[in-house]
Amino acid sequence: MLRLHPFRYHRPETVAEAVQLLAQHGQEAMPVAGGTDLLPNMKHGLFRPGHVVSLNRIGELRGISTIAPPSNGHRPGDSFVRTTGATGGTAGHLRIGALETLHDISAHPDVRRRFPGLAEAAGLVAGPQLRNMGTIGGNVCLDTRCTYYNQTAFWRGALGHCLKKDGDTCHVTKTGKKCVAAHSADTPPNLIALGATLTLAGPNGRREVEAADFFIADGIRNTRRAPGEILTEVRIPLGRPSARSAYQKLRQRKSIDFPLLSVAVAGDFANDGSVASLKGVVSVLGARPRLLSDWEGLATGKPLNAGVIRDLAHRAWQQCRPLENVVGDAGWRRAMVPVCVGRALEKLAGLGTRPDR
Amino acid sequence: MEVVRLTVNGDERVCGVPAHYTLLETLRYGLGLTGSKQGCDKGDCGACTVVLDGKAVLSCLTPILEAEGRHVRTVEGLASGVEPHPLQDEFDLHGAAQCGFCTPGILCSAAALLDREPSPSREDIREALAGNLCRCTGYEKIYDAVEGAAARCRA
Repeated sequence: MLRLHPFRYHRPETVAEAVQLLAQHGQEAMPVAGGTDLLPNMKHGLFRPGHVVSLNRIGELRGISTIAPPSNGHRPGDSFVRTTGATGGTAGHLRIGALETLHDISAHPDVRRRFPGLAEAAGLVAGPQLRNMGTIGGNVCLDTRCTYYNQTAFWRGALGHCLKKDGDTCHVTKTGKKCVAAHSADTPPNLIALGATLTLAGPNGRREVEAADFFIADGIRNTRRAPGEILTEVRIPLGRPSARSAYQKLRQRKSIDFPLLSVAVAGDFANDGSVASLKGVVSVLGARPRLLSDWEGLATGKPLNAGVIRDLAHRAWQQCRPLENVVGDAGWRRAMVPVCVGRALEKLAGLGTRPDR
Repeated sequence: MEVVRLTVNGDERVCGVPAHYTLLETLRYGLGLTGSKQGCDKGDCGACTVVLDGKAVLSCLTPILEAEGRHVRTVEGLASGVEPHPLQDEFDLHGAAQCGFCTPGILCSAAALLDREPSPSREDIREALAGNLCRCTGYEKIYDAVEGAAARCRA
């Protein structure tokens, strides 16, 4: 039996009210939506907020809608037409409210049609009950995970605690002074590959952050979300009809488990089938998903055939070095980098892949 | 202490519980409904699964105030009087319960499935029960029982 510590539970109905509550209670407060990660962490004594601010009654944080490109350039009153974000131009985008559940995202026809990689990733998070509860906002803001962190207080205490919580030693790197707990969420690699923009609301109003800039390589706090801010929505540029995406997740069981490695790829193809653009993101390495570099050039202008996929997978392997921060031998996980990248690219190319998920 | 109203298995219930209680703790220790099991208590095992407004959720990770005003269905609410739910009957006929600890959660996941999909495929059933751990049966008898119950519900 794992008990929660006593706290006050707030249920604001607007973003402004939620932000005000978080500001009022400062470090004593934490926001919660689906609770599927925060509650186990509180039960493990990793967080003890005196005030829990539930976002679940805020209607503004719901909804999945396709916002078509404006027919005549900027139209006053179109709140989405902003100049700051990459999606703020004339391309049109899909808006997903932060409170939408992972199940609803995985089942939504527009998400499945336009962003199959994201739909698949949302449908592979944990198990069915947790996908009915967990939200995309929570998935994006998921705390990093580590063998030495996601444990009971008794377990952590027996080892003398770690850098991320109550201690000064990293049991993964032994000597390092930087926390390397793993980014373990399934949807963010896809959002990065798809060029999504995140909107945050805080005491100073709203701001937008590119998904690619949202994560930082610090396992203790791996996002640019300030403690008093809440994520309100995710916007994904629609891209051309020929754009495709795919996701590949490595884990021990086909359900429940967090990823041991994850790969999101997104690309666009010319009329002759050759690659016009390609992005790849590998995660569960350290605290930040890794956008593969010097990668696209291996494929642009070429058909995405077995040879090109092999080159891309090898380049990914050169850049990705999993650590002993989650279950599963790091050497094996590294050996699986080219395998998973290759499978994701096979899906992207429509070559078909073994039905192993 | 919070006074929480919710509908449990069709009955309006009012209970006084601390805000940090989960739905599971409220069911078991506030309302005496011990059918929903406290297994891992952190969202891994599925033994605490209940149906909340038609969806299978984990009651061990549902703060009680999130259940306020909503409809909860637990394993105790499946039978109609002395008549077992077809799922319960088929679990009995197929020997789909051994130690029985995971069974209430599996029945709730399966009940939510049959409510939304009266003719589930074997794969639909496997997927719907993918968040419920059973360490005894190996699942095959459970899938058989859910298939049998689906056929009876359609008849």
